[in-house]
Amino acid sequence: MTTTVTPPPANPRLAKVAGGTANWVDDRTNIGGFVKFFSRKLFPDHWSFMLGEVALYSFIVLLLSGVILTAFFVPSMEETHYEGAFASMHGVAMTKAFESTLYMSFDVPGGLLMRQIHHWAALIFTASIVTHMARIFFTGAFRKPREINWLVGFTLMLLSLAAGFTGYSLPDDVLSGNGLRIIDGVIKSIPFFGSYISYGLFGGEFPGVHLIPRMFTAHILLIPALILGLVAVHLFLVFLHKHTQYPGGGRTDKNVVGLPLFPVYTAKAGGFFFVVFGVIALLGALFQINPVWNYGPYDPSPVSAGTQPDWYMLFIDGALRAQPGWLFGLPFEWEIGGYTLSWNILIPAVILPGLFFTFLALYPWIEAWATGDRGERHVLDRPRNVPVRTGIGVALITFYVILVLEGSNDIVANLFHLSINDLTLLFRVLIFVGPVVAFIVTRRLCLGLQRKDRELVLHGHESGRIVRHENGEYIEVHTPLTEQERWVRVSYESIKPIEIEPEYNDRGVRRKGYKWDRFKQRLSRWYYEERIDPVTPEELRAAQEHGHH
Amino acid sequence: MRSVALKRHHRAAPMLLLVVLLAAITGVAAVAQTQTAQATTDTVSASDVEEGQKLFAANCATCHGLDAQGQTGVAPSLVGVGAAAVHFQVGTGRMPMQSSGPQAPAKPVQFTEEQISQLAAWVATLGPGPSIPTAEMVDPELGDAANGMALFRTNCAMCHGSIGGGGALTGGKYAPSLMQTTPEHIYEAMLTGPQSMPVFNEANITPEGKRDIIAFLVAQREGYPGGSGLGAIGPVAEGLWGWLLGLGLIVGITVWIGARSS
Amino acid sequence: MTIDSHKGQETGANGESFENPGLPDHRPRRADVDPKAAKRAERQVVALFTLSVLGTILAVVAYFVFRPGETVESIRYANLFLGLGIFLAMMGIGLGAIHWAKTLMRDHEMVEERHELRSSDETRAAAVEMLKAGAKDSGVGIGRRGLLKGSVIGAMLLAPLALLVPYVGNLGGDWNVSKFKHTMWKKGTRLARDPDGTPIKASDVTIGSVFHVIPEGLNDLPHHELMVEKSKAVVLLVRLNPADLKVQPGREDWSFDGIVAYSKICTHVGCPVALYEQQTHHLLCPCHQSTFDVADGAKVVFGPAKRPLPQLPITVDDEGYIVAQDDFNEPIGPSFWERLK
Repeated sequence: MTTTVTPPPANPRLAKVAGGTANWVDDRTNIGGFVKFFSRKLFPDHWSFMLGEVALYSFIVLLLSGVILTAFFVPSMEETHYEGAFASMHGVAMTKAFESTLYMSFDVPGGLLMRQIHHWAALIFTASIVTHMARIFFTGAFRKPREINWLVGFTLMLLSLAAGFTGYSLPDDVLSGNGLRIIDGVIKSIPFFGSYISYGLFGGEFPGVHLIPRMFTAHILLIPALILGLVAVHLFLVFLHKHTQYPGGGRTDKNVVGLPLFPVYTAKAGGFFFVVFGVIALLGALFQINPVWNYGPYDPSPVSAGTQPDWYMLFIDGALRAQPGWLFGLPFEWEIGGYTLSWNILIPAVILPGLFFTFLALYPWIEAWATGDRGERHVLDRPRNVPVRTGIGVALITFYVILVLEGSNDIVANLFHLSINDLTLLFRVLIFVGPVVAFIVTRRLCLGLQRKDRELVLHGHESGRIVRHENGEYIEVHTPLTEQERWVRVSYESIKPIEIEPEYNDRGVRRKGYKWDRFKQRLSRWYYEERIDPVTPEELRAAQEHGHH
Repeated sequence: MRSVALKRHHRAAPMLLLVVLLAAITGVAAVAQTQTAQATTDTVSASDVEEGQKLFAANCATCHGLDAQGQTGVAPSLVGVGAAAVHFQVGTGRMPMQSSGPQAPAKPVQFTEEQISQLAAWVATLGPGPSIPTAEMVDPELGDAANGMALFRTNCAMCHGSIGGGGALTGGKYAPSLMQTTPEHIYEAMLTGPQSMPVFNEANITPEGKRDIIAFLVAQREGYPGGSGLGAIGPVAEGLWGWLLGLGLIVGITVWIGARSS
Repeated sequence: MTIDSHKGQETGANGESFENPGLPDHRPRRADVDPKAAKRAERQVVALFTLSVLGTILAVVAYFVFRPGETVESIRYANLFLGLGIFLAMMGIGLGAIHWAKTLMRDHEMVEERHELRSSDETRAAAVEMLKAGAKDSGVGIGRRGLLKGSVIGAMLLAPLALLVPYVGNLGGDWNVSKFKHTMWKKGTRLARDPDGTPIKASDVTIGSVFHVIPEGLNDLPHHELMVEKSKAVVLLVRLNPADLKVQPGREDWSFDGIVAYSKICTHVGCPVALYEQQTHHLLCPCHQSTFDVADGAKVVFGPAKRPLPQLPITVDDEGYIVAQDDFNEPIGPSFWERLK
């Protein structure tokens, strides 16, 4: 069955051609159904919903610029000599990987720009993923039915780290080469298998000749393929679940309020792609990034001050720096039966990131245990209304930032005339103390903001107008909130800690599964015992009777 | 989210704050100016040596002793350090030090070129030591920047950074930026090993090698091919600017997109 | 407290709740009511798209006019103008499209109902029935023909091994991890300058100096072999005042007149430990700040490393050149499981 598309009335000729084409395609693909499903899909309008798009668009920029780079990059560790334009490298022996990078930077017009766009896009890509993830976390967008999408996004985040790391290691320069050496050291520390994993990855001893070609395959084929596949799943789920929305008038868990995909979001989101591309191009035009000619071709002997990985790997570097090798005379590397167990590397580089990421990945379920079985959630939380979750989020960010700062400690020390030793000692303490303090402070702030909201609802805005009563009393006139303003502040659900069935049944028999229920109840109490309930209509009436505000 | 209370700040405030923050960070990341004096390498006379001794007694003897024999825990002996050491230390303002310690930061130079030559002449008489290099020995035009880079990255980059931007050492010490250092002072520092810096005698890095290093460092002052160098700090600065400027600009635009049109 | 999700209301203690006030009133934009404002908005959008075209022209022209050449400046200009052109070309379209959407396109919010995601009970039942029917049609049924089912699962689980074992097996070459334990240093190998390979005389090494060292003969190796050997064999040679040097027991003849040699590869995760502080005689690794005291057996004084740097036993040959007496007595660099075996 053919469907006809209603043509715009202005241009009958164009309408006829467009209609005919649409029919031809529809006859073969049922595209009419697709258009019907997608074109007027609604999306709520808020700037924080565009962070995921930043990630998507910077990924497209990475693909486009990356394709150009593959036209020039030679993924080979064979030796050659540079004969190009840049004087300081003239005649120097280097691998073809490094030489092709220099060639495309200096001898290909626009080549350096493409490299710089590609690298800046990688930094924006990873930064926007983290920011987007934080938005999802703080607004509770990972709750049912979106737990799967949270895992998909989490995996995408890990893949972005892998993509970045393999990418900046390709030019085979001293900076990234020392980074590879560090990764090799970390891999070697893995018990039982570490030496073999290292030997397998490098195809022999470090550095070998196989690593750059293998990373190239990972970087341009395997990882992008996985990312594209998972992005497709990620977007499909967003369409299927429909986008979440912030609380507001007219918005419920049972509807979506927004503007249609065609034409509004086609223009806004489509235009936004060009904006992201433009900003990345501006960075590439104005700011030098990853000047590999300053580091030189990889050689195991040189190293420079300020040896750090790209920002998204800094947290691991920071953990490696903060970990002491000895603490009060106790070593962090053990010899057991002649075998060596390096806790000083396993803890910061394997165990710590493992725990951190596992917690993040499982968070939707952890919170679900505390909240008890709940229905689908499509209205987002305001962060202040979920103090424990917000506190946990800020604590995690604090932890991460402390590690990033420790990873930059020699830069910080040099800029601010501090001692790297003092900084490391400080951060060793802050890693533990900082997140706890951040959690406590944030939770208190959230509860305070909730109380402020209650005050606002009950008493209205301070108008600044002072009125004097006949009896001499001065009062400030408060303007009551509009219905819209009030709704946002009273429409949240104040969750109570879960109730569980008693330990013993009527016959005095202890039931199975009690321990697990007890744990969930304890967790639930920690989350929800201390809470601020939203204002009810009767409380509002009582407040209005109280004063002539 | 139009239903939430109207914001009380101007909608351009976040962008303005961002710009102020960027300006502050630019200021911090800028390389500090160090003043250095250019000393001459003319032949010295007996009266120069005498003047030098007087200057020494008046300005240096408190720590180094009248015979420059040094004081344990305060100042080292200067016997045998050579004219080159004096020319470097005094010519970059490191000496006289404000207080003794492992790090001697470069400060405004306290003496004229002539006075520095005289001090150097006197110290040179105390014992044989490295002399001030000739102009030809430090001429960057005569050096090979490629070999200079090979030598620099093996011997120098680990402290001074890949192109001489400076770097941290332990306990609050640091290796300073070389971006403003004169060729002469670069040579002398390598030769004499000031403070924490090791000594790179002529057998370790030959005079031609030292000149190649100077040529390499001077070539870095031509600017950066890719645009602004972001302080030559490396991935940390790149990440910081990527977040602040890149993501900041993009998020600013998303706020504009999400805002109501007038 | 429960949410009555059909109406989205909060119920208070006595069951009363605030009602959802519905969509906020639509505030028309200037372009909606004032045709002059709409025209102005349209002009602004066109201006932005024109800016994009100008940017494209700049990019294309810049590509031909600003060619990277021998000077740093030429490369910088090529980068700058081509980049600015692309920036304008993209931003113009982006800002134009967005401005169009914001000022002229519909901004009346629409409402769409959400349907429950889960399939209805009937659909679920029907799906289960279909699966059951399929199982029946498969000839095995549930609970019957266990060997058939077991063997298909077993075969499928094992089959990937036919590919994985050769693939993974080939990745590692000869899989000889004991190579990690040895370097190319041997008795009599001269210590040479890094990178040019000229041998070092003891008299060259003055107090306070540091030499970056490779074994003589390293530079003659083919490139890939050179890299592998160099990554294990690099050494730091320093001379201390013999009075400052604490000679380690059993290593009295490993150093010579205050001249000591230590492996340059950090025992933490393998970066070159290259920062030598002359006055403190500490070696600092720039990657994670492990600090070693050269005067005291290169033991760890700060940072994440646990083991001291391995010492290379050296002596002087009859021509005055410094030579190794043997390889290191332990594997250099980062720890690995079989390190001491």
